[in-house]
Amino acid sequence: MTVLSTAAPPEAGAPRQKRNRPRERWTPYLLLAPAGALLAIFLIYPIGSVVYYSLYKYNVTKPWDNGFIGLENYAAMLRDDLFWQSLRFTGQWVVVEVSLQLVFGLALALVINETFVGRAVSRAMVFSPWAVSGVLTTTIWLLIYNPTTGFGRYLADAGVGAYGTSLLTEPGTAFWAAVLAELWRGVPFFAILILADLQSISGDLYEAAEVDGAGRFRRFWSITLPHLRAAIILSTLLRAVWEFNNVDLLYTLTGGGPGNATMTLPLYVARKAVDAKEFGYGSALTMSAFVILAVCSVTYLWLARAGRETE
Amino acid sequence: MTPVARTAERNSDQMTSATVVTGPEHDTTETGAAGPRRPGRRPTGSAAARRVPRWAIYLPLAAYLLFTLVPFYWILLFAFRETGSTALVPWPLTFEHFATVWNGAGFGVFFKNSVIIAVLTVLLTTVIALAGGYALARFRFRGKNACMVLMLCTQFVPGAMMLIPLFDIFRTTHLINTLWSIVVADAVFHLPLSIILMAGFIRNIPIELEEASWVDGCGRFSGFRMTVLPLLRPGVVAISSFAFISSWNNFLFALMFLNSQDQFTIPVGLSYMLGEYSVDFGALAAGGVVAVVPVVLVFAYVQRFLVQGLSAGGVKG
Repeated sequence: MTVLSTAAPPEAGAPRQKRNRPRERWTPYLLLAPAGALLAIFLIYPIGSVVYYSLYKYNVTKPWDNGFIGLENYAAMLRDDLFWQSLRFTGQWVVVEVSLQLVFGLALALVINETFVGRAVSRAMVFSPWAVSGVLTTTIWLLIYNPTTGFGRYLADAGVGAYGTSLLTEPGTAFWAAVLAELWRGVPFFAILILADLQSISGDLYEAAEVDGAGRFRRFWSITLPHLRAAIILSTLLRAVWEFNNVDLLYTLTGGGPGNATMTLPLYVARKAVDAKEFGYGSALTMSAFVILAVCSVTYLWLARAGRETE
Repeated sequence: MTPVARTAERNSDQMTSATVVTGPEHDTTETGAAGPRRPGRRPTGSAAARRVPRWAIYLPLAAYLLFTLVPFYWILLFAFRETGSTALVPWPLTFEHFATVWNGAGFGVFFKNSVIIAVLTVLLTTVIALAGGYALARFRFRGKNACMVLMLCTQFVPGAMMLIPLFDIFRTTHLINTLWSIVVADAVFHLPLSIILMAGFIRNIPIELEEASWVDGCGRFSGFRMTVLPLLRPGVVAISSFAFISSWNNFLFALMFLNSQDQFTIPVGLSYMLGEYSVDFGALAAGGVVAVVPVVLVFAYVQRFLVQGLSAGGVKG
């Protein structure tokens, strides 16, 4: 209230009480009502119904078979090898993607944060894959990986490697091919977030450290990283949840193949729901995904907090 | 409050207060401050003292730019190159692939559907988020914390989890295979984050401005419209652009809820082209270019706000 207090009348405190005038008691609820109604009908109720469906045999293409089966879907899930395999792969996918994206994103943010000629243009260009959809990423990288249209063919023309090499049909290379495509799209997310936080570090800190004789690496280690700590914890968590849940890229790029080698749990759910229409079993799978995700997130935050308190 | 909510909130607060003072727009101010202190040197920010050698910037930047831009170039190459050509430059230029994909593969219709869905989603999300964000930013009321926690928790709900129950809801309400099903699903999925972000933006605008307008006889709404809304433009632009981009890119809901070709969106159309046995790569690439143009235009416009926008109250993937 520095500038405005001169303009406001003497009883400037009065409007403050206005905020809780009795006739406004219902205003916040009214304002939130549309959002609340939409979320209740299309988000909260569906979550409840997933729990309900998971106890049923429910397949829209075979309605005569539907009915309550108790925990049978969950029992079937525990016996399902593909469930355990997809779970392992999901873990691998999330850890590899998030750590690589974090490292490259941090490096990119540090570079972009410097002042140099062409900074604005480069920033716009390196951030641009962030806006690209999973399906489009697949389209682009499929053209790159395909044996007839991809780099492999041009390398073979130049005498490197063999014609007809398809990275996406070999279990060993399909994983890394998918990782690279997702990395291309995911690094900007970290770069954007970390850059936002980097710009809030006061230059004075660095100058003081410089006076104290701290080298470049020391300044990064003792000033930059601790400052970024909160942003890194938050962005890795959000990205991990996102990478866990996101199925667009793998659905279209590998479809979970070759031979289910790149099947994540949510992708398995999507395949059950979209292709097989097995809603009951799909609901049991998705419940497990939700619980696993929630437990992992809370554990991660708890570890991050414990780490901070011991420092 | 759960630890999730507390951490997220603390972070957003820190970030908000920080970015208000130092957006990317303030590079120049920084430069001005550093300039006089070191006369005669090129004023390159407070970084003058900790100047990084140029090669340490340009070398990794060039490598990364290559990694970012070559894939874009590759799709443009196939979209504009004649069928059968193996040249590495799209010359002579051809637009036949665009004609094929727009008329033959139905991308003209898909594009129209995608635009309708995206525009409706943006309007719905932005208006509801304005109301909800204002309530969270400006009122104290019972259940406010529960509300925030609930909205943060929704960020953990897998999209794939909603496929089955939403399919059922839309079937019973006869919204299945209509564009409205996608609008509603997209908007609902995007709303919690938009509200949290919007509340952050509104909190940054001093309440005293509104209070002054009340003294002048304005009500809640007219006061908001005249004092807050004009200052909220960057926030509204950022939030509606996020909604646009995520709606334009949404694939899973559209794949599940739309089943006749005249209702398909661009990502669904692309995914069916990808699944064909004999893919026409030129047409596929042209379809990809059609899909990317609108988001690139929006992105080019908002990327200046992006760094501030994302840090103002939450994060979007």
